[in-house]
Amino acid sequence: MSDRTRLRAFFALCLARLRESYREPEVLFWGFVFPVLLSAALAVAFRDRPPEASRAIVLARPGSEPVARALAASRLVKVETAGEEEAARALRMGRADVVVVPPAAPARPVEYRLDPSRPEAGIARARVDDALQRAAGRADPVGTRDVATSEPGGRYVDFLVPGLVGMNLMSAGMWGVGFVLVDMRIKKLLRRLLATPMRPADFLAAQMVTREVFTVVEVGFLFGFAHLALGVPVRGSVTAVFALALLGSLCFAGLGLLVACRARKIETVNGLMNVLMLPMFVGSGVFFSVERFPQAVQPVLRALPLTSLIDALRAVVLEGADLASQWPRLVLLTAWGGVSFAVGLRLFRWS
Amino acid sequence: MSGEAVAVRDLVKHYGRVEAVRGLSFTIAPGECFGLLGPNGAGKTTTVEILEGLLPATSGDAVVLGRRWGRDDHEIRERLGVCLQQTVLSEKLQVGETVSLFRAFYREGRHPEEVVEEVGLREKRGARVGTLSGGQKQRLAVACALVGDPELLFLDEPTTGLDPQSRRQVWDIVNGFKRRGRTVVLTTHYMDEAERLCDRIAVVDHGQIIAEGTPRELIRTLGGDHVVEIALEDGAPGELRPEDLADLPAVRSVHAEAGRLLLTVTEPHLALPPLLDRVSARGFALAGLSTRHASLEDVFVSLTGRHLRDE
Repeated sequence: MSDRTRLRAFFALCLARLRESYREPEVLFWGFVFPVLLSAALAVAFRDRPPEASRAIVLARPGSEPVARALAASRLVKVETAGEEEAARALRMGRADVVVVPPAAPARPVEYRLDPSRPEAGIARARVDDALQRAAGRADPVGTRDVATSEPGGRYVDFLVPGLVGMNLMSAGMWGVGFVLVDMRIKKLLRRLLATPMRPADFLAAQMVTREVFTVVEVGFLFGFAHLALGVPVRGSVTAVFALALLGSLCFAGLGLLVACRARKIETVNGLMNVLMLPMFVGSGVFFSVERFPQAVQPVLRALPLTSLIDALRAVVLEGADLASQWPRLVLLTAWGGVSFAVGLRLFRWS
Repeated sequence: MSGEAVAVRDLVKHYGRVEAVRGLSFTIAPGECFGLLGPNGAGKTTTVEILEGLLPATSGDAVVLGRRWGRDDHEIRERLGVCLQQTVLSEKLQVGETVSLFRAFYREGRHPEEVVEEVGLREKRGARVGTLSGGQKQRLAVACALVGDPELLFLDEPTTGLDPQSRRQVWDIVNGFKRRGRTVVLTTHYMDEAERLCDRIAVVDHGQIIAEGTPRELIRTLGGDHVVEIALEDGAPGELRPEDLADLPAVRSVHAEAGRLLLTVTEPHLALPPLLDRVSARGFALAGLSTRHASLEDVFVSLTGRHLRDE
């Protein structure tokens, strides 16, 4: 085949793969809609909100009226009045954090009933006590002032977004290449293509290059959304972010090829994908830092490609690191991808 | 370079202990439509896939367009058109896009639109492959095989599972290709397909060729062109055996099958009157009688005692 024919065949394969992908509703959902929904949901769950009020119940008896009024004046306490039996049940079921028993006679102590093993109970007692003492005229000897410290770049959602992008690159790369190849093998389409003058290596390369095109779109979209809607900062260079994403995506496309190189059943490739991806979902620091795992397993987790990708993304996006400083991670990603691609190509089964 | 499009000698293929092909030899001349006719599992597909370069042979020699697989693979593939048994093309691509994709693989070839037109899918050019009927999908598969403008076209069971109208459409396309002087290798277990398309046929069974020739030659080996089939009323005394009818005039052979008797005859008008006399003279009554032209199916039955589609 002349080089011109070869090039034309390669572009035709890329174009066909692109068309198949964007005509697949699942690709759009998992690539764009799902990560946005997930980061939006998590952003809501972990949003910065006013501290939750403690729930106090004042026992209904003579003299409870001024106590309830004093507590109702506090922003930090939500107060109700209830009888002995109902108050006891509310405490037991966790509907109330503390039960306040007004004194039977003036000058007798106020009684707090609470379960000290619950952290909310301790907070509730302190707030209730504070409100009652102030209402009774206590003056604080020292003046104090609170300053909130949650700023963009240090919130949970900022930590989360690079993790989600990395996770998305992993699933899209592995499924997008691996699943498609096995599907084509089952349908004998690989065999049909092999019966043409097409170069087998060009075909596999086209699958990976097509993945890269989608990567650029997906990563641009996800970081764009995170930046505009959630205020996630991008402190490093945008070029570095895309370069990292492309390398990561190639690495996982290589792994996808490896997983799919022999499988003749969708079930087989499903199983292999899960075996490979599950440890990374859990252990690569998508949702919480790898440092929370025991010291002994950390070297193993650090060697996983997703850990390297996410760590490097976080360094560039959140800390403004440059690519050069991330070189060990880049080497690791390249090695994972290169070895998988070489082995996958060697073992590849066309029928 | 030899003048043959395909030359096969002593071709053998083993899958582990299973011998799928056991020493096939045949040659195909340029411009010829050659059919491998046989039941499922006879080794037809294995043979064709070896010729297509998709399977290595265990032993034997196969020369395709004057070249051998393993040395000139790329050159051979440029000149082959292949239609595998039941290929599923990508459902998300359109008809025109699919044919263009295949066109891009070949150095030289035909215009995709022209081929789409030729297989009768012009109105479906913009339709997704997933929306096509079975017959349309098969015609698209043939279009993908034709778009590289091949000298040699392989069709493996091209009309299996299609309705009669779709089958005729596929046959028309193949005949059009033949008229341009190109070579076709076809496998089928339909005798009507083999009779209609093939210039020459090899009847294959258990990995071996058991008869070879033009459809006419093969039918002539039966000794007669016609088959008379009779069924007898129940409750007759005794049994009428094939031997009881073998000596009748113009009858070449007789065999029993599923409660009926089949007679191969040269001239029905000479055979029928004495046949009817013989049946009633022995005290039997006819429940049915029919005559038809002998077919390749009859050839296969007479060679193997089985039908092409017994499986």
